[in-house]
Order: sequence, then structure tokens, then C-alpha cells
Amino acid sequence: MARIEDQAALAAEPGDLAHDRAKGLDAVFRLGAGIFSILVLLIAWELFARSGKVTPFMLPPFSAVVARIYADAVGGDLWINLGLTLYRAMTGFVIATIGGIALGAAMSRIRWVHWFFDPIISVGFPMPKIAFLPVIMLWLGLYDVSKISIVVFDAIFPVVTATLGGIAGVEKELLWSARNMGANERQLMWQIVLPAALPQILTGLQVALPISLIVAIVAEMAMGGYGLGGAMMTASRFADSRGVFAGIVEIAIVGYVLIKAMALIRRRLLAWHQETAEHN
Amino acid sequence: MMRTATRYLPLLLLAVAWELAARLNIVSSLALPPLSSVAAAWVDLIRDGELIDNGGASLYRAFAGLFLAVIVGGGLGMAMARVRLLDVFVNPLVELFYPLPKSALIPVTVLWLGFGDGSKILLIFLGCMIPVTIGAYNGARGSDHALVWSARSMGAGPLRMMWDVVMPSALPELLNGIRTALALAFILLVSSELIVSQRGFGYLIGYLGSTGSYEGMYAVVLTVAFLGFAADRLYQLLMQWLLRWRE
Repeated sequence: MARIEDQAALAAEPGDLAHDRAKGLDAVFRLGAGIFSILVLLIAWELFARSGKVTPFMLPPFSAVVARIYADAVGGDLWINLGLTLYRAMTGFVIATIGGIALGAAMSRIRWVHWFFDPIISVGFPMPKIAFLPVIMLWLGLYDVSKISIVVFDAIFPVVTATLGGIAGVEKELLWSARNMGANERQLMWQIVLPAALPQILTGLQVALPISLIVAIVAEMAMGGYGLGGAMMTASRFADSRGVFAGIVEIAIVGYVLIKAMALIRRRLLAWHQETAEHN
Repeated sequence: MMRTATRYLPLLLLAVAWELAARLNIVSSLALPPLSSVAAAWVDLIRDGELIDNGGASLYRAFAGLFLAVIVGGGLGMAMARVRLLDVFVNPLVELFYPLPKSALIPVTVLWLGFGDGSKILLIFLGCMIPVTIGAYNGARGSDHALVWSARSMGAGPLRMMWDVVMPSALPELLNGIRTALALAFILLVSSELIVSQRGFGYLIGYLGSTGSYEGMYAVVLTVAFLGFAADRLYQLLMQWLLRWRE
């Protein structure tokens, strides 16, 4: 993610009062500029679409797209499609989370599990796993099970890798002192290792979440039917470009909300961690 | 040698398990043809030129899109890091498009440019541009102020500054951004070809699947997966070589 820190912060001493005020002003300025840029983009879209240089088929005006989203929302189609897509993406994400953390933890504790899964994970991670979609369709059919399975298959890799890395980075002193105080292996895992690895695991989940959404949408596009992806493909086949653009805007909003929600959850869960203190 | 063999033994075991499961009819050989017949189908596809023809089309799309994304995204990211006005006004747009699942653009690129190469190249370009821009931006922002100041005092012009000072210090993060983009290029390529196309790996997978030649379908799926993996490994080697001047 592009990180925005103002230039002034690099030069000034932290805790400097004048600098804090400058930082506040700068943040306001940046927010204003951001809203301005987005507005300019939308107005340019609207004007360009209405100028007659492109057909409404190529680029429908933004207002028409908004009207279409509103109509879908009132008619109820939007909520059915949205609900189905979220159901598929989030079910897959939750399964990938639980499975990925369990597998990562098992790999870090049990030697042969590590030996067996390590090459599979390291070879599988950089592969474009979406290529296996037709195979999963062949096995599991065209319904929710196959869509959720491809989501799990795609989203589990970053979770496993992050869990492994997080656990490997846990300070040895923590483990020694817990063992000294008589913690058994189970307590060690739940009370020391997993909480200490949590920041990295959450980073893995932050990678896996947008993957879940994307894969659910691509699976819907490839298989057709309901859902945001399926609705967009139907619109595209009928040359209904308003429907296509409405789909993009809807998916963009869903993606944005999910990413922000995940960042919020991260801050909540890591309230005890120094990373959060640095942010405030 | 021995260590590598032990390390990758599980993959071999999986392959053997696949072959046995199919041969002993533990799973239907329709759903999972034996690995050996998949290999035979692969050889056939190479021989009659189908795999090379479609694969060539796919790789051309992936690399054309990626190449454009590196040029435009890299330039934009570095310019954003140096020119404050550009940063303030363009960064919000980058942040707006960053979380957008790029695959959502598949139907639009089809609407604009049809079923052929153009729509895939545009999609891959748009999708890959974001990580490259962010990598170049973060890298160039981190370039040492002292270096920039001394280069300026020695009379380096803006272009010279970009090329000799900003670019080398931005390189590690830029290269990481390109690595993300490379993976994304394969994903977008396969997704878009599976959904709509008349040529390419994705098309071939769909075509072989719908005509029931599942051995061939598996052969192409494994080929694409392997190419994605191999591209990442080769790129890592390239990265190490490009960054060899660092400690």
C-alpha cells in the first residue's frame, strides 16, 4: 500500500509541537487534494462520456451507472448478487484462515509435516492457481462447493507462509521463560507462539482477503450464474455496458470496504502491540 | 544434490500417488487421468504445435502488458516521489485503484477491445501498473536526501538525477513491485483467457475440457502453473544479479 508520510515528518524532530500542527494541516491538505482528484476523475468521466466522442456503449456516463446501481439496489438484485459473492469469498477465506494457520503451526512443530508440505507450498505459492479452476469444475461441478474450493486453494498459501514466518520469528527467550514457568506444549502454542506470531499472521490474512474476493469473482465470471462476477458477465454478453460498469463500481466498493475493515480488525487485535502505539 | 532430492521428494510422492490413484481406479480416471497419460498428451500437444502456438500468444500478451506497466508505472512512481504536486493529486487515485480487484476489468476490456490480444494486454497493463507504481514510489521516496542534495549541488539536471541517483536507490523496492506484477500478469492472463478468448493457454484449457480430452486439459494446466513458477524463480535470480552491488 502506498504509504503517505509527509516530507516535513522526515526532517522535524518527533514531538515537536509546531511540527505536529504542520502535520495536521498537511493531512487536511492531502485529504482535500485526494477528494479533489477523485471528483475531477468522476467529472471527467461524465463529460467525456457525454461529449459524443465515445458511444454510451463504450463508456456510459457516471450518472447512468449510479442510476443503474440505485435501480439494482431498489430492485433487490444487487443484494442477492452481493450476498452470494460475499458468502463464497468469506466462507473460502475463513476456511483458508483456519486451515492455513493450523497447517503453518503444524509445519513449525512437526518435522515430517514440514518436510512434506514445504516443497508443495514453495512451488505452489508463485503458481497462477486460477489455472486449476477448470479442474476443480470437473471434480466438483458448477455450484458453490467448487467456487469456495478454488477460493480456499488460492487464499491458503499466503496464510501458511505468513504463519510459518511468524512462528519462526518468535523470540526464543519468550519460549524459554514460558517453559521454565512450566507451560506445556499446548499452552505454549496458544498463549505464547500464536499471539507473538499474530502480527505476521494478520499480514498474511490481509493478503489472503483480497485474493478471496478476486478468485470468487473470477470463478463466478467463468461459471456464470448469480453473484457480482456472474452478473457482470451476463451484462457483458448482452452488451449492457451500464451493467458492466455498475459491476466494476460495486466490486471496487466491496474491495475497498473489506480492506479497510481488515486493517481495523488488525488494529483492534494488536492493540497491545507496539506497532499500534506507533500509529497513534 | 542429495539434499535437494530429499527436499523435493514429497512432490515426487504426490506424482506417484496421482499415478496410482488413477491406475488402481481409486478415483475415476475421467476426473483424474493418470499422470503418464497426461505426459503423453503434453508431448502430442507440443508435436502438433497447439501448445506452442497458444502458449506463444499467451506469453506475448503477458510480457507486452507487463513491459508497458513497468515503463509507465515505474516512471509515474518515481515522478510522484519527486514532484510533490503530482504526489498529492495522483496518490489518491492510486490508492483508489489499489484495492480494486483487477479481474473486475475483464468484461470492460472486452467491451473496449474485443476478444483478441488488445483486451488482454490492456488488462495486464492496468493490473500490473499499480504494484510497479507503488514499488517505484516507495523506493524513490526512500532515496537518501544527502545523495540527492549533493548530486544537485554538483549540477545534475532532473533527468540525470532520476537515472543516476533516484533510480538505483529505488531499485530494490521497484524490483519487488515488478515481482508482484509478474505474478499478477500470469493470474490476469489465465483468468481473462479462461473467461473470454479465442487463443492462448486459457482458451486451450477450456477447449480441451469442453471436448472431453481431460489428459490434454491437465497437461496445459500444469504447463501454465509451471511457467508461472519458473518465471518467478528466474526473476528472483535476475533480481539478485541486478542488486549484486548491494552488500
